[in-house]
Amino acid sequence: MIHCVLHDPNDSVAVVVVEGMKAGTRMTGLVLDQDRTIELDCLQDIPIGHKVALKDMAVGDTVIKYGVDIGKVVQPIRKGTHAHVHNIKTKRW
Amino acid sequence: MKTTFQGYRRENGRVGVRNHVIVLPVDDLSNAAAEAVANNIKSALAIPHPYGRLQFGADLDLHFRTLIGAGSNPNVAAVVVIGIEEQWTKKVVDGIAATGKPVQGFGIELHGDHDTIMRASKIAREYVQWASELARVECPLKDLWVSTKCGESDTTSGCGGNPTVGDAFDKLYAAGCTLVFGETTELTGGEQLVAARCRDDKVRADFMRMFDRYQGVIERHKTSDLSDSQPTKGNIAGGLTTIEEKALGNIQKIGRVCTVDGVLDKAEAPTHPGLWFMDSSSAAAEMVTLCAASGFAVHFFPTGQGNVIGNPILPVIKVCANPRTVRTMSEHIDVDTSGLLQREITMDQAGDKLLDMMFRTANGRLTAAEALGHREFVLTRLYESA
Repeated sequence: MIHCVLHDPNDSVAVVVVEGMKAGTRMTGLVLDQDRTIELDCLQDIPIGHKVALKDMAVGDTVIKYGVDIGKVVQPIRKGTHAHVHNIKTKRW
Repeated sequence: MKTTFQGYRRENGRVGVRNHVIVLPVDDLSNAAAEAVANNIKSALAIPHPYGRLQFGADLDLHFRTLIGAGSNPNVAAVVVIGIEEQWTKKVVDGIAATGKPVQGFGIELHGDHDTIMRASKIAREYVQWASELARVECPLKDLWVSTKCGESDTTSGCGGNPTVGDAFDKLYAAGCTLVFGETTELTGGEQLVAARCRDDKVRADFMRMFDRYQGVIERHKTSDLSDSQPTKGNIAGGLTTIEEKALGNIQKIGRVCTVDGVLDKAEAPTHPGLWFMDSSSAAAEMVTLCAASGFAVHFFPTGQGNVIGNPILPVIKVCANPRTVRTMSEHIDVDTSGLLQREITMDQAGDKLLDMMFRTANGRLTAAEALGHREFVLTRLYESA
């Protein structure tokens, strides 16, 4: 069972692809294109399609997805927790 | 991959996959008469819309280009045009007539609705019966024009739905097809990646000029960072956080190999095969309507959270990789590629699955949106009417 997928091995977030992901689950993450998996612990309930942090991040850090910049951290994020609009904002507009 | 499909070859050589006789109003005032004609004559299709009065300049040019383009689309066999005034009606008729297809116009002034509906219905009946005897013929794949635009995207769009379109686009590009993508502001954060894919410096400069112009529109009118509308509430519910993330998912649709060979203004027709960028809104119905007006015959529409859009002229094939959406909104989904996210199918297989549905659709299979009666026809406006 794949619980989350990431586009690039350097991404700092991955996308949860199963419904009802619960805190405490040992997650398997698929690195797209590389046909290999990573493991991490899920620390929060995360809805399908939402992102899980793959590393600890501090305010001002750049969030990497698809191997590129998708925005900045505005609240500290712990590895294994929910990464979304409450802790990440756009750098545009 | 198959190399041919069964299409309708039109008078100007273009190939369509539908055989519509449309009743096209020039303006909002003519919707009632157009709908009455379509009610009288079975299988004639009215395409009502809310605009066409007191527009001027570039906005009026776009209005005419969109209506003439829609009527000229090869999925359309013949057109009845109805407008409140003779002159603007004739302008639309003359534009469509350049394709060589049957078209006739009717002005309502000095006649009233009753007389207009009667005269237009007689012509619509002749067209419908004539079109019903046109036959599909075998056509080479390169004659198929395919457009794409995604909607109600979520993170699964970037992982599954959009790369499926990208894989199919790479294969269609190699086959010599004519392709288009757009959504200018939804490339924000990924614009440099698109620029790097442009064929040469001229195309790159044209693309960046259109991109920068649209950024200027956002800058002039914005009251915030647009986080209330871009990403949309649906995008955010689906897990997308920033415009950059949405854009990077969006551009998965243009594959990995094909190059951007040219840029188009809104509703402008491509002049050679290859992948085109069209400067456009990212609103689903606006963009798909512009694709129809540019002459595209089949549309790939990846969705994550479940956009239900269709178009009266252009069959819209829905692709989805979100297993929850596939389960809860199955009647809207033509191609399920959720297996990508569980490593059950490869990207190559997902692309082939979409192409298989493309051939079936081109050969006559109704899409989910067609079967459900989705006929969103939304004209892009550039500014206020006079």
